[in-house]
Amino acid sequence: MGTLVEEIFSRKAGREVHAGEIVLLDVDYIMSHDNTTPLAIKAFREIGKPIADKDKLVIHFDHAYPAPNLLAAEAQKKALDFIKEQGLTHFYHQGVCHQVMIEEGFVRPGAVIIGADSHTNTYGALGAFASGYGSTEIGVAWVAGKTWFKVPPTILVELEGSARPGVYSKDVMLYLAGLLGMDGATYRSVEFAGSYIQSLSMQARIVFSNFSTEIGAKCGLIAPDAVTVDFLEHETKAAPPYDLVQPVNPTYERIVRVNVAEIEPQVACHPDVDHVKPLSEVAGLPIDEVFIGTCTNGRYEDLEIAARMLKGRRVAPYTRTIVTPASALIYKKALENGLIQVFMDAGCTIGVVGCGACIGRHGGLLAPGERAFTTMNRNFIGRMGSPEAEIYLGSPAAVAAAAIEGKIVDPRPYLEAPYA
Amino acid sequence: MPRAWKFGENLNTDEIIPARYNITIEPKELARNVFCEIRPDYAQSVHPGDMVVGGPNFGCGSSREHAPIAIKGSGAACVIAPSFARIFFRNAINIGLPILECPEAAAEIADGDELAVSLGDGKITDLTSGKTYQAQPLPAFVLQIAEAGGIVNFLKTHTIEDLV
Repeated sequence: MGTLVEEIFSRKAGREVHAGEIVLLDVDYIMSHDNTTPLAIKAFREIGKPIADKDKLVIHFDHAYPAPNLLAAEAQKKALDFIKEQGLTHFYHQGVCHQVMIEEGFVRPGAVIIGADSHTNTYGALGAFASGYGSTEIGVAWVAGKTWFKVPPTILVELEGSARPGVYSKDVMLYLAGLLGMDGATYRSVEFAGSYIQSLSMQARIVFSNFSTEIGAKCGLIAPDAVTVDFLEHETKAAPPYDLVQPVNPTYERIVRVNVAEIEPQVACHPDVDHVKPLSEVAGLPIDEVFIGTCTNGRYEDLEIAARMLKGRRVAPYTRTIVTPASALIYKKALENGLIQVFMDAGCTIGVVGCGACIGRHGGLLAPGERAFTTMNRNFIGRMGSPEAEIYLGSPAAVAAAAIEGKIVDPRPYLEAPYA
Repeated sequence: MPRAWKFGENLNTDEIIPARYNITIEPKELARNVFCEIRPDYAQSVHPGDMVVGGPNFGCGSSREHAPIAIKGSGAACVIAPSFARIFFRNAINIGLPILECPEAAAEIADGDELAVSLGDGKITDLTSGKTYQAQPLPAFVLQIAEAGGIVNFLKTHTIEDLV
């Protein structure tokens, strides 16, 4: 009996556990990437004990891959030497770690996955407990095969109604970030539910779990349903049967209800993720860089939304527009279906699959005084390069419209009247 | 005498140490740029034993441990805040940076106040104002990790099952 996180933890613990308890649990997978693996290796070496189960380790090179400078190259060589030395088989470099984790079938309903990346929360959209940890703790989990958890209390976010045309899951999530604040769910599990969530594709649902990190949440969960099963079967390597864990007579710490029909396109303004305004209030703001990609909105559906708007059009002459598919699989599908050609004809630059410009280490850094409008999940000062640059966050449609006009504009006219 | 360095609410990991400096994991090296954008005088003037006093949701943002390592590397004895972001909280414990949750102390201590802290019982004394505060005591297993100087040291002589 309990909330979704209590049910997942209870199954793992083999007994009923409740919010507030501290439990030691086996983890299914331990994820790390080029940025966080070196410190985990350092912790691992210092402990001086062997890896408990090598099959649990999944390592991705995505944050700055291929290496943009010598320091990154040296760090990646060291990580690769470790992977070879230990004979690790789950090693990937074909896109953002979170997207590849899902595609490769590591994420299943009911799984417990920890990752050395704050957006590990992403996998909650498929009904897995997943959360971000520091590198030392990841090195510890390599040795122990398990880690300690404080079972979190849960905030239920019930989203009802239908979104207006041109309003996407990103807009709804940005609205929630503004409503709850960046510490609105600290230490909490957030369960996203309601008829709106049920109506969404998995790609659109993932935005909520991914962004739950930005309101401080330990995890952002969505109960698995028919959409989850269909997605797992057709778009991932996770073979059935699936354990469709559900909340059972749950007790919530807080319930937040929102009618999504009332939400219009939203923008998170410089320099905080909860500095959210309706897009109409910032319309006209000039944009120097548009970046479409990341673990938040770099999936096929997102590229499709942008491509539909950019088809037959050109991006503004002084607005650098970068499209970085989240994974090789997405890139391939976008190539096959002509999306990449649309972007190139429109004057976009196609980035190498992975995190790209999101972390300010390669693929589109901002100069002092520049302003970016992106599909990312974070707009902290200095994140994309210069601390004197500004970052605004929006939906794929909102940023594509800005690319066309060189300023923030309502995307809806472009959606209503696509060129082709 | 140890003094307080006061910071605002929702201080994120990029403000503690910008990502572009995370090319090293050497504490002293990271400490050279800690708080460089929001408090450029900190790295130059901080003395060993000084304390960082923050606002709610201290250390939000990325999972990178460079942030608590940079603070520890600067010689700060502890961080006092009303609340910490969850990954920062765990990272600080795991690397052995003492953190104290105390909303009253964090609100009332002024920048530059002289402080005395007893980590064992969570007692904070502001010698400038003469006020004393009681921080939330840390759970026993957290103290175990802190006393070992971090989880890595703890595991050299224990197994993880010894924690709970």
